[in-house]
Amino acid sequence: MSHDLIKNTLLGRLGNPMLNRLDDSAVFDINGRLAFTTDSYVVSPLFFPGGDIGKLAVCGTVNDLSMAGAEPLYLSLSLIIEEGFSLDQLERVIRSVQEAAAEAGVTVVTGDTKVVNRGAADSLFINTAGVGIVPADLDVSSSGARIGDKVILSGPIGDHGIALISQRERLTFESPVESDCAPLNTLVKEVLQTTPHIHCLRDPTRGGLASTLNEFAESSGVGVRIKEDKLPIKKTVLATCELMGFDPLYIANEGKLVAVVDSRDAEAVLQKIRENPYGREAEIIGEIVEDHSGRVIMETRLGTSRIIDLLSGELLPRIC
Amino acid sequence: MKFMDEYRDPQMALKLVERIHRRSPEGVRFMEFCGGHTFAIMKHGLRQLLSPKVQLISGPGCPVCVTSISEIDKAIALANQPDVILATFGDMLRVPGSRSSLQHTRAEGGDVRVIYSALDALELARANPDKSVVLVGIGFETTAPTVAASLAEAKSSGIDNYHVLSFHKLCPPVIKALLESGEIKLDGIICPGHVSTIIGSRPYEFVARDHGIASVVTGFEPLDILLAVDMMLAQIEREEPKVEIAYHRGVAPDGNREALKFMEKVFVVGEADWRGIGKLPGSGLRVGPDYRNFDAESSFSITLPPSKEPPGCICGDILRGVKTPLQCKLFGKTCMPDSPVGPCMVSSEGTCAAYFLYGENHE
Repeated sequence: MSHDLIKNTLLGRLGNPMLNRLDDSAVFDINGRLAFTTDSYVVSPLFFPGGDIGKLAVCGTVNDLSMAGAEPLYLSLSLIIEEGFSLDQLERVIRSVQEAAAEAGVTVVTGDTKVVNRGAADSLFINTAGVGIVPADLDVSSSGARIGDKVILSGPIGDHGIALISQRERLTFESPVESDCAPLNTLVKEVLQTTPHIHCLRDPTRGGLASTLNEFAESSGVGVRIKEDKLPIKKTVLATCELMGFDPLYIANEGKLVAVVDSRDAEAVLQKIRENPYGREAEIIGEIVEDHSGRVIMETRLGTSRIIDLLSGELLPRIC
Repeated sequence: MKFMDEYRDPQMALKLVERIHRRSPEGVRFMEFCGGHTFAIMKHGLRQLLSPKVQLISGPGCPVCVTSISEIDKAIALANQPDVILATFGDMLRVPGSRSSLQHTRAEGGDVRVIYSALDALELARANPDKSVVLVGIGFETTAPTVAASLAEAKSSGIDNYHVLSFHKLCPPVIKALLESGEIKLDGIICPGHVSTIIGSRPYEFVARDHGIASVVTGFEPLDILLAVDMMLAQIEREEPKVEIAYHRGVAPDGNREALKFMEKVFVVGEADWRGIGKLPGSGLRVGPDYRNFDAESSFSITLPPSKEPPGCICGDILRGVKTPLQCKLFGKTCMPDSPVGPCMVSSEGTCAAYFLYGENHE
């Protein structure tokens, strides 16, 4: 199976001069500061409204590079396939990889496929690694937040996690929730063109917005204060969360970013994000404060406040 | 779909809070029985809005939390039997038993599967005819009907490898036991919401009749809870305690007759073992004689060494409303959601988990 698979499906869809050589390593020149990342994708179900494991495997790694301010260039793609997994489904996944890579402008330059015995993997696991170039003198990390900075969120939270959960639970809605899975490299590039002074940048994936904000608070040694009534959340997502007992703040996203920027740049960055199709519903959701250092506090709609802690030990389906 | 905006309207909420403060005597104590209410109260900061005049005390309404340690030991023992698939709701996995947890049992090779509904467990039985599938049936009147439905379905389709270990518990009898113990002094009870969609409001009539205190059945949105508090204060003002419903969109006085019929068909009322409270006659549901072959208790013989509670854990006192998590020496130190000592820190309806998640530990 492996040989035909490589030749027909993989090279057919993803082929390029570097990959076509089928050498042990891809060899290329690169100039500048390198960003390098890897992630494994074990999502279940493999296909969900708004995406599948193939799209996720490209977008996830592209976004990890983008959040370092890097321009993503090349990806590796490793497939671990359970014996008996259907070729049709594999085709679908590879087609998604092709489409997502094309949208993000990245090339798959090396890869691997392994077929393992039934039961040794659950249908299909994918690992991607990626490299990108970070502009000189750009320094984006979770530890750069300063008192007075604004916190910008690029759109409604919880879509990815809820799309998966509703698929698993066979919940049907009048307007189904689709995963927000998307490559954010163009959006990040546009933001960086607006101002290089992006103090923190993260995509709130596993653990949701709450985890990302807690990372900022802890790494930067500041307090984060957000307002509940500024948080964009789709009604169907909110309703599903109520139904299932989840808090949308902890639900995974795969096409959103959170940026901490100097308050003077905040409006300009917000407008720029809103011009991008993946950022139309962006909002300034809060600010960085001196009080309660290391903690995230949310002002509720009722004017009360509550601590947004790190998610610990919640049982949720595999989401990425 | 506007239900959440309506029931979370800040102006309405603040108006209600004002009225509550105006009419409330000092130091009124209400118990919210249900863990779902505890979470909603924490999440929306209602305790802050109501204090100091109205004190809300969390009750035992968390299905995982009230499951006794010997019941957990029993489930673990079954998971260790050959050719048994143990099906459980996710929350149960991490609750420590006397010697292990279902999660550890699974890691050591026991076949433990997380299901989301009793019907998933029935499907497991259908798909694995050479194994025995045992569902750990926990929960109150809310979950019991679906478990009953799964048993009825198993019987009518002849799926004889499906069994239920019934630890189901009933809410009104435990409310009665708490009030009769006199251990805590209460002025009213916020009765469970989801449970009452099944049983209605009549089963709580004894609260006013026998104990002379207020009671209101309500939902889980901020306005639902504030309205319940306000209605109880009105009952106190008029000196007319009774059971009222603030949750008409979900609850009718007589409940859901269809669901109740299923429960009566499959289960019989019997003694239940409650964590922190002990064995209470008439407070649990056991698999009835017509379904004896599906009853895990009679289909498997399990002998267990005596169970032991984790040292230092005060989940029992917390479940009875006698203590709060902040009075527990383990809370937030050795007992945390990812390394729980007691069940109240595990469950998504547990009082300790609510206190931990929504920050009452950090104030």
